[in-house]
Amino acid sequence: MNAGQSASFRRLFDEIGPVDSVGIEERVAKYATRSIKKGAKLWGLYRAVSMLDLTTLEGKDTPGKIASLCQKALRPLDDPNVPSVAAVCVYPAMVRHAKKHVGGTAVKVASVAMAFPSGQTPLKTRLAEVKAAVAAGADEIDMVINRGAFLAGEFAEVRDEIAAVVEECGSAALKVILEVSELETYDNIRAASFLAMETIRAGDFIKTSTGKTSLNATLGNNQVMIEAIRDFYLDTGIAIGMKPAGGIRTAKQALQFLIAVKETLGDEWLTNKRYRFGASSLLNDLLRQIEKEKSGAYQAPYYFSDAAESY
Amino acid sequence: MPTLSSASSKTSARRGRTAPELVFGDLWPFDPAPETADPKLKARYDLFIDGKFVAPKSGKYFDSINPANERKLARIALAGPSDVDAACRAARRAFEKVWGPMPGRERAKYLFRIARLLQDRAREFAVAETLDGGKPIKESRDFDVPMTAAHFFYHAGWADKLEYVAPGRQVAPLGVVAQVIPWNFPLLMLAWKIAPALAMGNCVVLKPAETTSITCLKLAEIFQDAGLPPGVVNFVTGAGETGAALMSHPIPAKIAFTGSTAVGKTILRALAGTDKRMTMELGGKAANIVFDDAPLDQAVEGIVNGIFFNQGHVCCAGSRLLVHEPVTEAVLARLKHRIRQLKVGDPLDKNTDIGAINSREQLKKIRTLVASGVREGATLYQPDGILPAKGFYFRPTLFSEVTMSHRIAREEIFGPVLSILTFRTVDEAIEKANNTAFGLSAGVWTDKGSRILKMSTELKAGVVWANTYNKFDPASPFGGYKESGFGREGGRQGLLDYVILKP
Repeated sequence: MNAGQSASFRRLFDEIGPVDSVGIEERVAKYATRSIKKGAKLWGLYRAVSMLDLTTLEGKDTPGKIASLCQKALRPLDDPNVPSVAAVCVYPAMVRHAKKHVGGTAVKVASVAMAFPSGQTPLKTRLAEVKAAVAAGADEIDMVINRGAFLAGEFAEVRDEIAAVVEECGSAALKVILEVSELETYDNIRAASFLAMETIRAGDFIKTSTGKTSLNATLGNNQVMIEAIRDFYLDTGIAIGMKPAGGIRTAKQALQFLIAVKETLGDEWLTNKRYRFGASSLLNDLLRQIEKEKSGAYQAPYYFSDAAESY
Repeated sequence: MPTLSSASSKTSARRGRTAPELVFGDLWPFDPAPETADPKLKARYDLFIDGKFVAPKSGKYFDSINPANERKLARIALAGPSDVDAACRAARRAFEKVWGPMPGRERAKYLFRIARLLQDRAREFAVAETLDGGKPIKESRDFDVPMTAAHFFYHAGWADKLEYVAPGRQVAPLGVVAQVIPWNFPLLMLAWKIAPALAMGNCVVLKPAETTSITCLKLAEIFQDAGLPPGVVNFVTGAGETGAALMSHPIPAKIAFTGSTAVGKTILRALAGTDKRMTMELGGKAANIVFDDAPLDQAVEGIVNGIFFNQGHVCCAGSRLLVHEPVTEAVLARLKHRIRQLKVGDPLDKNTDIGAINSREQLKKIRTLVASGVREGATLYQPDGILPAKGFYFRPTLFSEVTMSHRIAREEIFGPVLSILTFRTVDEAIEKANNTAFGLSAGVWTDKGSRILKMSTELKAGVVWANTYNKFDPASPFGGYKESGFGREGGRQGLLDYVILKP
C-alpha cells in the first residue's frame, strides 16, 4: 500500500467510525424476540413476497427453467391477494429469456454482472458484460465489487469500477454486492457500504452477498449495512436501498429482517423500492405461512408449485 | 463517526433544505402477543416457616397488586415479631440438627434439585414474576428466571468444594443468616442471597419486598417439592417493621441487605455494637462513559440496556451518561431514534420493552425527580405513544444538558430516566464519574483497549463494563464502593461473606 492509499484507508475508517461485533449481535438478537402475530404477520408475509428477487444462478439454467421461474414470479400462488415478486434475478445470458415472460409486467429482470461471483476478470470484460445485460433488457444490475482491491486498500479502484458500472447501467437500477463473507469484519462491511453509496445513485441498492460463499446474509451483516444506509441518508438525503441475499430460507427469518428495517430505517424502507430479498426457496415458505395464517393448518410442500424441498 | 450527523445538520441548514428524517410511523404495527402460561397463583399466601405454610400469629394479611393494572393478585401474610422469632428458631434448629452437619455433597443435591425444578416451571414463574413486579415478560423469561436457576446451579457446584473457597484456610458456616431483598429482581435477588448461604451450610430467614412476595412464596413450593429439610429456608413477609424485627433478632449471625442506601444506613445504625456480620448492596448512580472513538450505535444499544432494562429499576443502572463533547449530538440523535422503538405497555406482551413501574410510590418518586430536572433547566425528551389508562407507567426519558449539580445527576431515580452530561478529556470523565456518593458500577465505550484498562483502574466502582453493560454471571462478584455498600455477591468472593475463616 503506498502512502496515498494508506491515508485514504485511514480516512475512510476514521470518518465512518468503528463497529463492535458483540454489540451488533446483541442488537439483532432482540429482533428475533419480537413476536409477530395475526394481522401483523400476514402483512409482513405479503410484503416479503413483494420484496423478493426470485433467483436462479446455476450453471444448469436453461430457457425452460427461466420460463418456469418467471411464471412463479408473476403468480406465486393462485390467490389474487398474493402479490407478484419484485424481480427475477438471473445470469446475463438468461436475461432475454426472462424478458420474454415478464417484460411489460411489474416484475423486473435483474441480472448479475461484473464476472459474478468472483469478479476476477479484466475490467473491460466485466464492463462489456454489464453492457450486454442492459442491452438484453435487464432492468436491474447486481454487480460484485472488486474485493481484492478493497482488501488491498485500493479504495479508489473499487470506487472507480463502481462508477464505471453506473455509467453502463443507464436507467437500469444498480445493486452493489459487497460479498460480506470475504470482507470478514463488520468494520470492513461498513466501509465498503460507504464506498459504494458514495458512488451510486438514489434508488440503487447495496447487497450483502452472492450466495456463492459459505456465509451470506445474516441479521448482523444486514444491521451493519442498514445502519450505514441510515447514516448516509441522514447525512446526504440520498436514500439507498438494501438487499440481503443468500441464506434466508424461512418466513420467520424474513420477518426478522423486516423488523430490523422497521426499527432502524423506518416505514419508508418497507417497500420493494428500497428493500429486497435475494432468495429462491424462501418464496414457498412465505406462501406456506400465508396459507397457514388463513386456514389455520400447514399444507404439505407439494401443494405449492416449484417446491424445491424434497417430499 | 464523530462528524457525520453534526456536520450534516449544518450543511443542510446552509443549503436551505429540511434535514432528512426517518419515518417511524404505523405502517406495520405489532399485534398483541400476550404470554398465556398459567402463573398458578393462590388467593392467599401464608408465611413459610419450618417447611410449612403457616398463618401469621396476628392473623393479618395485606394485598399484593399487579402494577400493570392495579388489580389485586393475592393476599400476603403480615409477619409480626413473634413470627420472625419462630422463623429464626426454626432456622437455628435446622442448622444445628440437619443442615450444618450435612456433608457438602449432600447439600449440593438439594441445590441442584431446586435449580432443575425451577427450570421445569420456568414459564409459570416468569409470568408470575411479571404479574407481581411489572417487568416485561421477555425479561423475566430470558433473564430473571434463567439467571435465578443459574445461581442455584453455580452454588450447588461449590457446596462440596468448601476447602477451595479460601485456599490454605478452613472454613465453617456462620449459622443463621437474615436476609432482606428488594422488589426490582425478586427471584434473582433471592437466589443471590440464598444460594451461596445454603451452599456454605447456613440456614436462612429471608424477607422479600412487600410489593413482590409472590414468586418468593412460589419458590417455597419448590423447596417443599425438592424435599429441602424444614427450617433450612424460612420466608417472612411484610414491610419495614417485619424487616426491622428480623434484622434486630438476636439469632442471625449475619445480615445481608439489598435495597436503598437510606434503609441500609438505618440498619447499620441499629446494629452498631453487635457482633453481627453484614453485607450491604445499596444504591447506585452509575456513569456510562462514551468516548468519541466508540462504536456509537453499539454504545447507544448499551446505553439503552443500561438505563431502560427493567424500567430502570436496577441498582447498577447506567443512569448518568457521560458523552465526549465531539460526539454529543451524534449520540443524542441516535438515542432518540432508538428509544422511539421501545414499546411501553402491558408487561405480559412479548413485544413490550418497558413494562410497569413497580408501585405507585415509585412512580411518584420518579415524577418528582423528573419535575426537578425540568425545573432546574435540563432539556427533556420523551417519545410519543399512548400509555395504558390503568397501572403505573412512565415513558423512557432523556435529559440532556444536565450538569453535575442537578438533582437528577446526583440522586438515584430508579426509573427509566437518563441524565446526559458531557466531558472533554479522559481526566474530566473520571472525575465526573467518581463525583458521586455511590460507586456500584460504570461503563466505558471506546475502541481503544489501553483506555479501557486505565478507566477500569481509576473508576471507583465495583463493576466496570467495557463496550457492554448490565452483564451478569454467577461466577462474577458484584458489589459496591462508598455508599453503594460493601461485601460481594457471586463468585468465590461472594462465598467468603457466608463463612467463618478458621485460624
